[in-house]
Amino acid sequence: MAINSKIPAGAIESKWEDYKSHVKLVNPANKRSIEIIVIGTGLAGASAAATLGELGYKVKAFCFQDSPRRAHSIAAQGGINAAKNYQNDGDSTYRLFYDTVKGGDYRSREANVYRLAEVSANIIDQCVAQGVPFAREYGGMLSNRSFGGVQVQRTFYAAGQTGQQLLLGAYSALERQVALGTVKMYSRHEMLEIVKIDGKARGIIARNLITGELERHFGHAVLLCSGGYGNVFFLSTNAMGSNVTAAWKAHKQGAFFANPCYTQIHPTCIPVSGDHQSKLTLMSESLRNDGRIWVPKKQNDNRKPNEIPQDERDYYLERRYPAFGNLVPRDVASRAAKERCDAGYGVGSSKQAVYLDYASAIERYGKIEANKHGIEDASHDEIVRLGKEVVKEKYGNLFDMYEKITGENPYNVPMRIYPAVHYTMGGLWVDYELMTSVPGLYALGEANFSDHGANRLGASALMQGLADGYFVIPYTIGNYLADEIRTKAIPTDHQAFVDAENSVKNRLHTLINIKGTKSVDHFHKALGKIMWDKCGMARNAEGLQSAIQEIRALREEFWKDVRIPGALDEFNPELEKAGRVADFLELGELMCNDALNRNESCGGHFREESQTEEGEALRRDEEFSYVAAWEFKDGKSWELHKEHLTFESVKLAQRSYK
Amino acid sequence: MEHKDLSLKLKVWRQKNSKDNGHFESYDVKGISTEMSFLEMFDVLNERLINEGQDPIAFDHDCREGICGMCSMYINGRPHGPWHGTTTCQLHMRAFKDGDTIVVEPWRAGAFPVIKDLTVDRTALDRIIQSGGYISVNTGNAQDANAIPIPKHNADKSFAAATCIGCGACVAACKNSSAMLFLSAKVAQFAYLPQGQAERETRVIDMVDQMDKEGFGSCTNTGACEAECPKEISISNIAALNKEYTLAKLKAEN
Repeated sequence: MAINSKIPAGAIESKWEDYKSHVKLVNPANKRSIEIIVIGTGLAGASAAATLGELGYKVKAFCFQDSPRRAHSIAAQGGINAAKNYQNDGDSTYRLFYDTVKGGDYRSREANVYRLAEVSANIIDQCVAQGVPFAREYGGMLSNRSFGGVQVQRTFYAAGQTGQQLLLGAYSALERQVALGTVKMYSRHEMLEIVKIDGKARGIIARNLITGELERHFGHAVLLCSGGYGNVFFLSTNAMGSNVTAAWKAHKQGAFFANPCYTQIHPTCIPVSGDHQSKLTLMSESLRNDGRIWVPKKQNDNRKPNEIPQDERDYYLERRYPAFGNLVPRDVASRAAKERCDAGYGVGSSKQAVYLDYASAIERYGKIEANKHGIEDASHDEIVRLGKEVVKEKYGNLFDMYEKITGENPYNVPMRIYPAVHYTMGGLWVDYELMTSVPGLYALGEANFSDHGANRLGASALMQGLADGYFVIPYTIGNYLADEIRTKAIPTDHQAFVDAENSVKNRLHTLINIKGTKSVDHFHKALGKIMWDKCGMARNAEGLQSAIQEIRALREEFWKDVRIPGALDEFNPELEKAGRVADFLELGELMCNDALNRNESCGGHFREESQTEEGEALRRDEEFSYVAAWEFKDGKSWELHKEHLTFESVKLAQRSYK
Repeated sequence: MEHKDLSLKLKVWRQKNSKDNGHFESYDVKGISTEMSFLEMFDVLNERLINEGQDPIAFDHDCREGICGMCSMYINGRPHGPWHGTTTCQLHMRAFKDGDTIVVEPWRAGAFPVIKDLTVDRTALDRIIQSGGYISVNTGNAQDANAIPIPKHNADKSFAAATCIGCGACVAACKNSSAMLFLSAKVAQFAYLPQGQAERETRVIDMVDQMDKEGFGSCTNTGACEAECPKEISISNIAALNKEYTLAKLKAEN
């Protein structure tokens, strides 16, 4: 099957406008009889479901949580980018587009990224209209801050809870449609199979997580907005329930999986404290606006941080990347931290951490405040007190969270941070219309691969999720559904639904009847360790090859020896986890295959065999300027399809932040 | 950070499903590091129960960062346990001493039926939002985001109310099982903003009506909700809600 990305012709600035002007439409009367299924209710899913409901489609939305408001978009902290240029600092649609393509290390699709930058401003307008309380200046205008990999201030935020506020906005819009009857909400439901009829996606099999009952749902189209797959590493900043299952079922039904090896390892997370660790907590990238990252200049220095004088500290990001300093992109910051720790300069009891220090920011803000209040000859203590108040206003909730988790007060001692798995740029392959390689099956938000290339810039995930849901899919889906207006709702006693339900039932039966000796978590942790050690921040051919063998062996053991307590027809969280881990055990192998195939370094994917003399990622454009789209074949292997990336508006260059 | 290991006695509510009567079960747990979160202690206990062939304890949780609002344990008589302004997932075992007995129950409220063990059904809160917790603006209708300046003071107050995570601790803490703090936070968020004015009166009346229909109790100003709210939502929102409601009702009658 050939890949057709359906990128409209014309200049990059006019592609989307032209597309919108000529795309097929569905008239309001026909919309009322067209049904759309939306899986996941994060920013992408909630915004899509709400908007499609507003347009008059009959929508069914599904989430595994007890309420759509709990989807993991809620945890995004720092902000959302938009090319508003409210700060008059030279921002524009082109510049946001350029930064995103460069930040993604030239492995994303230009046309999609340009569209993303184009609609970014509409998102902010829409959210403000919904009552999202973004941070404001005293004059009543919206406030902005900087994020990594960028030299303008284009990030809108709501303290350290931007994702929460945006999701609650989308959730409110969704609940409004539920009240109006255009959207029917199914919470505590998990999608376990895609139903295909005549090659098109026509519905799903979902499990009611409270009763265990399997349900059949028809849809003229199915939208997967089910998030990323970072939990394949067991430890990540994802929510405990975040999973690949919906995307993986789609993949096994013919949807190509693109660039699975592109994983974002976020540089500023709270380090692992012990074997009991169940997840990792991110400290927002916004902290790098004001915090300075350092390690001791001496190896294995066991002094307390405050006892190490300034001239014995190595502010290694400022040293290596003077132009961007502490605000280099995430992949660069993460590798630099790993490099220092591997070389023996790490701090804390595990030595797998670096310091994120607020002392100089506190002093700087304190002096500004003292000036503002006309306090002359302010004492050092006074300055520090004033500075801490400013820092508290900007980052208070993050500092509190750090203290609750570690028991240390970050106003007085530097935070210890270390990189952790945070986001997955890879995902289901989609064309310009966000349709996967299965007709009628779409993927939005983190679940697709399209906009972030090999590395996502901070504050761009929220932007993409909402762009896809509010402003892209409502147009592009019409192009497909306009040809479906004669398709009547297919009764769910159709053989395809019966077969799909039987296959789900059989799999669940098999799982629960293994009655082995080891818990689901045991296997998940083992998989996570293989992935982190061999397909994590640095990868090499030998490690990846052995990881593939280890994952296969682990998968075999899982299907022989996992123990799932309880029954099928009841609320059974262990059974839910088992299904998800079974899928991760397959995805892990594909990720390693993809990482092995991509014998270059780009963005978050660092192959040790491909680096510059200074240890920076070395891309190999001649050979690898393509999207790797994997097709699942014969129930056991994968075939690689290449979508070649052409860059007409951006000139390819070795990324430099020096 | 220095840490030590604790031995604890847990008394946990076990209830097979919504029809079962439920009872307390005791568990001795050992080797609990003070660096663990409260939920990680449950992970350790559940791992043991699975290995022993017993049914693990069902509890709601997801983000484990204190923001999704899914975790919901009633610990030693307090929703989310002993730490002020903290969700169960952010509560760490440093809060306890070696040898402590810890009693863990689900949220108790008529409007929150138990699903299993510590898991309850909180969809009543979604239905309150459905009754009016939004601004009716379809996608694409918005004007420029900076067209209406909003004084920082109002934006900050709106944000403070909007930080509610919808966990239901306020209901669990209240002797009347009232959802007034939850509801008032949503009403206040929009009341402080110019965008929220158009539906200001219908919103508050419809949401209060829905709350009553769901079987939540009345507010008698005991202040337990504010004391136990993990996001420290202020009870002054309830005072504002009462005012909003009275004015809206008076206007509706005239």
